[in-house]
Amino acid sequence: MGTFLKRHHWVTPLALLTPGILWLLVFYLYPAFQMFLASFWSGSLEKGFEFSLSNWVNYPNAISQFAPFYVRSIVYAAAATTTTFLIAYPLAYTIAFKGGRFKNLLLFLVVAPFFTSFLLRTLSWEIILADNGPILGPLKSIGIVPSEFRILATPMAVIAGITYNFLPFMTLPVYVALEKVDNRLVEAAKDLYAGPWRPGGLIAGVLIGGVLMGVLGMVFNAGPVMFAIVGAAFGGTVGWFLISESFIRITFPLSVSGVFAGGLLTFIPAIGDYVNAELLGDTQTYMIGNVIQNKFLTQNDYPIASALSFTMMAGVLVVVAIYAKVLGTEELSAAAARA
Amino acid sequence: MTAASPARTAAARPARQVIARFFDHWSLIVYTLLAVIYLLLPVAVIILFSFNNPAGKSNTVWQGFTLKYWADPFGPLGLSDAVLLSITIAIISTAIATALGTLIALGLERYQFKGKGLMNSLIFIPMATPEIIMGASLLTMFVSIGAPPFFPLNFLTILIAHVMFNISYVVVTVRARLAGFPRGLEEAASDLYANEWHTFWRVTFPLILPGIIAAALLAFSLSIDDFVITNFTAGKTQTFPMFIYAKSRIGIPVQVNVIGTCIFLVAVGGVLLTTIAGRRKPR
Repeated sequence: MGTFLKRHHWVTPLALLTPGILWLLVFYLYPAFQMFLASFWSGSLEKGFEFSLSNWVNYPNAISQFAPFYVRSIVYAAAATTTTFLIAYPLAYTIAFKGGRFKNLLLFLVVAPFFTSFLLRTLSWEIILADNGPILGPLKSIGIVPSEFRILATPMAVIAGITYNFLPFMTLPVYVALEKVDNRLVEAAKDLYAGPWRPGGLIAGVLIGGVLMGVLGMVFNAGPVMFAIVGAAFGGTVGWFLISESFIRITFPLSVSGVFAGGLLTFIPAIGDYVNAELLGDTQTYMIGNVIQNKFLTQNDYPIASALSFTMMAGVLVVVAIYAKVLGTEELSAAAARA
Repeated sequence: MTAASPARTAAARPARQVIARFFDHWSLIVYTLLAVIYLLLPVAVIILFSFNNPAGKSNTVWQGFTLKYWADPFGPLGLSDAVLLSITIAIISTAIATALGTLIALGLERYQFKGKGLMNSLIFIPMATPEIIMGASLLTMFVSIGAPPFFPLNFLTILIAHVMFNISYVVVTVRARLAGFPRGLEEAASDLYANEWHTFWRVTFPLILPGIIAAALLAFSLSIDDFVITNFTAGKTQTFPMFIYAKSRIGIPVQVNVIGTCIFLVAVGGVLLTTIAGRRKPR
């Protein structure tokens, strides 16, 4: 037995890999191919489906009809990825550099929301952000916020929901990258007179804060200029006082790989998400995922639904392939292992 | 004026520095506290509303404290079946995925062979695919087969899906443990005439066991909470997340929050236990 295994080096790895790889081939790869075939179907679930290459028109039909949903999905996912990054980066930074003996506790608290139901957490936001809920209710009774103002059923609510649900996916890879930063480099920079980043921090802060809040104001449909001024003031303050040269020149560049990993781990699932749009939004905020799930599970329109899904999958695969080619998959796997 | 100004700057400078340092030190800490509150706020709401005493069907407004739903956690029709089904699927899919994934991790980490890059991609891509696509493609496959045991959709189709999306996570988690593995120990064992079988079970396995347990915990939590893929592969079968989704339009029974709270407490307890156990035996 031992000599047989030694003579045939390939036997052991083959035996180890076959069962699991087979499972993935049969239940991941083949179904994807089957979905590609289904996008060339015509017919219905009751009468049966028929495959024909002439049904390629499913693609232009599906895409022309639902293009706005794709655009909306990309916009929401991009917006949510940006806000996740802005919230997660300082959090990951604090855990990595100031966590001390609370490091593991803080990491645990970051993933703790995963220990309860994703649907229930999303529904909790429905309670928190309700029109007369614990946040808007008091604000309305004081009169800061007009009584017809609402967050639920707006794009804001959907983006906020996605941001919340994917925050740990951004925080962990950024943390993993920051933890590897050699602190001696930062100290060396400080020895070489790296101080606060001025006036760069002010300019960057004003620009980022102003543009982001301005966009937010436009989404809200409520005075983008006011929003932009508040954002610029806040961003400028943070940039002037808190951003150091050693951070911009050393720490941040060294953590960029983690930011990209987190960005991918947030953006890709966010593109396909439909739960946030359904529970926190309304029909005006539906994303491509809502269309796909509705076509598959309610209307049984498999051909069009498959064409829509396959288009999304192709787009996602292109993004992932470029990412893997340029940056490799190590960072992502490390983050997944950390979770 | 001129006499006072040096004194004033001398006094102002330390003050400004003190303020700057205070700002520098506390801003991040305050920020982190706020972020943690933000992360845990919905969990707190879930727990709080498990003690709510709603007037109507919808449990979305606080009406008053009661323990009556904790006393009757499985009151609503179908809830106990759904929870039991979720637990069953989570246990079986975790067992299968952990076994298959660990084998793949060993094969990929220990051996060199052609086509390894392709295998790595096959492991990686499911983690980077939106769940809705995995669910939809499994659904089209089951529908195109159109016959039992795959159609109509049932327990087995959910199980197949859960094992599928869990394998990659297990591989990645176990590989992380294997990567930092002291190979010298295995060589020492074989120098001492242990055959491969004995070396594996006496040396390798105990050392990678923490990685395997971590992988299994991850797989279990992913499986028990999965909604999107299950929604596509469950048909009329109802898991716990499917139950919540079905009730979300007509009002969620308070008992769902009770179960959600219990799952949270058990998961937190499990993680704490494994952490403590891990600390006691430092390797």
